[in-house]
Amino acid sequence: MSAPRIIEGQRVMATYSTNEFKAGLKLLLDGDPQAIVENEFVKPGKGQAFSRVKLRNLRTGRVLEKTFKSGESVEAADVMDTEMQYLYNDGEFWHFMVPDTFEQYAVGEAALGDSGQWLKEQDICTVTLWNGEPLSVVPPSFTELKITQCDPGLRGDTAQGGTKPATLESGAVVKVPLFVEEGETVKVDTRNGEYVSRV
Amino acid sequence: MTDWRPGAAPARAARARLLAGLRAFFAARGVLEVETPILSRGAPQDPMLESWEAQAPGGERGYLQTSPEYPMKRLLADGAPDIYQIARVFRGGESGPRHNPEFTLLEWYRLGLDHHALAREVVALIADQAAQSPDWHAPRGCEAIAYADLFRSTLGVDPAETNAAELERVAGDHGLVIRGGLDRDGWLDALISLVIAPGFPPDRLTILFDYPESQAVLARPCADRPGYAARFELYWGDLELANGYHELTDPVVFRSRRKRDIAIRRARGQPLPPADRHLEAALEAGLPDCAGVALGVDRLLMRLLGVSRIDQVIDFPWA
Repeated sequence: MSAPRIIEGQRVMATYSTNEFKAGLKLLLDGDPQAIVENEFVKPGKGQAFSRVKLRNLRTGRVLEKTFKSGESVEAADVMDTEMQYLYNDGEFWHFMVPDTFEQYAVGEAALGDSGQWLKEQDICTVTLWNGEPLSVVPPSFTELKITQCDPGLRGDTAQGGTKPATLESGAVVKVPLFVEEGETVKVDTRNGEYVSRV
Repeated sequence: MTDWRPGAAPARAARARLLAGLRAFFAARGVLEVETPILSRGAPQDPMLESWEAQAPGGERGYLQTSPEYPMKRLLADGAPDIYQIARVFRGGESGPRHNPEFTLLEWYRLGLDHHALAREVVALIADQAAQSPDWHAPRGCEAIAYADLFRSTLGVDPAETNAAELERVAGDHGLVIRGGLDRDGWLDALISLVIAPGFPPDRLTILFDYPESQAVLARPCADRPGYAARFELYWGDLELANGYHELTDPVVFRSRRKRDIAIRRARGQPLPPADRHLEAALEAGLPDCAGVALGVDRLLMRLLGVSRIDQVIDFPWA
């Protein structure tokens, strides 16, 4: 990044000026890493310029708007997306490994959020690290999971729009068509939690 | 592959029609079209505008104009009649949904008029252009309000008697928190742009007149409103279209404002381009009593066509 750097002890902090703001840039604000969703330049012809910025808090997921005086600098957040393999859950932490380096990370429930319900051992996930700490986990967009429990579907029963709830091996509950049976493996879109097909 | 295509095809014919319409408007009123240089040796010291610098290979330096104001005033001091110009102007660091660093500015001067009379002419010009095509949008209604009255009626504060800390609190009451320290004028700008103007009715023209003297730029002090200057801005909905003055003609006041601008630039660490000495000399020689206004042609086209982004009317935007 072309931003000026401030030396603070041993750590080199990068900063961004408002004129470098653009969607996707990650900033450290109010102690939390936040990503710019949208940046709007506002200026009266003969007056002060401002940046109106929509930010997504990467820790809480909440989106809010902030306004900066033009020319202000904000510390960059040391946020990195890394591909990792999901290993196992020890009851408290979900363990991931970087395949190339064998480096391992333990992810707590808060950072894992709803992603936990889709995880199957050996899946390659995107783990977002902030200062080396896991911030969030994005599972593969499509995953194949076995149905561990669902009621037998009756042909012609359309009372629930032709679907029924099925519990998957990872714990997620998805709506499946009536013809799908317990013990079968199904393909699911993890982004919207919808059934795609039988495998 | 590089996306080579110009991006504003739907607005192309409308732009040509608008430019022809503007010229017809002034021809009918006997206002003379003039041309002045885009490149000049000096630049305005206004701390709110940054000039683009230009440099020739031999080392010769110049600045791209932020507006044609200075040379046009020299024409007036030289005895020119009412004049107008459709100019390309350049402003550093201004890029966004409503800003392009290079844009088209219509600037005109009327001898013997004050800022109220000139604002009425701007309204007439907009109505005249909107009538060019049944497909174009036309403003509905126009309201003129003094800057001080607008602050009193919308925010309950008198802008001349409220300091930065109090304005910050008023902004906070309206959900506006800004990072980075602002002075009083900075907060006034923030409140206008981010709280007040977004509430203007979308189809209405609003003339805001008599600005605080700290924001006078080159408007003369108001005779009937101490602490304010004879400046106006015109909005279409929440979009600022034009800025005009009952022009400052007093070289003493001009020098003291320039001194203040340079002090602000120095304090903020902004670049200090060489000043254009000719305007000062022209004021000494005598600028006739006149009013002048600059109107953003691209923005007028945006409103006429009902589009929300400036790159929808500019084929080759910078960003």
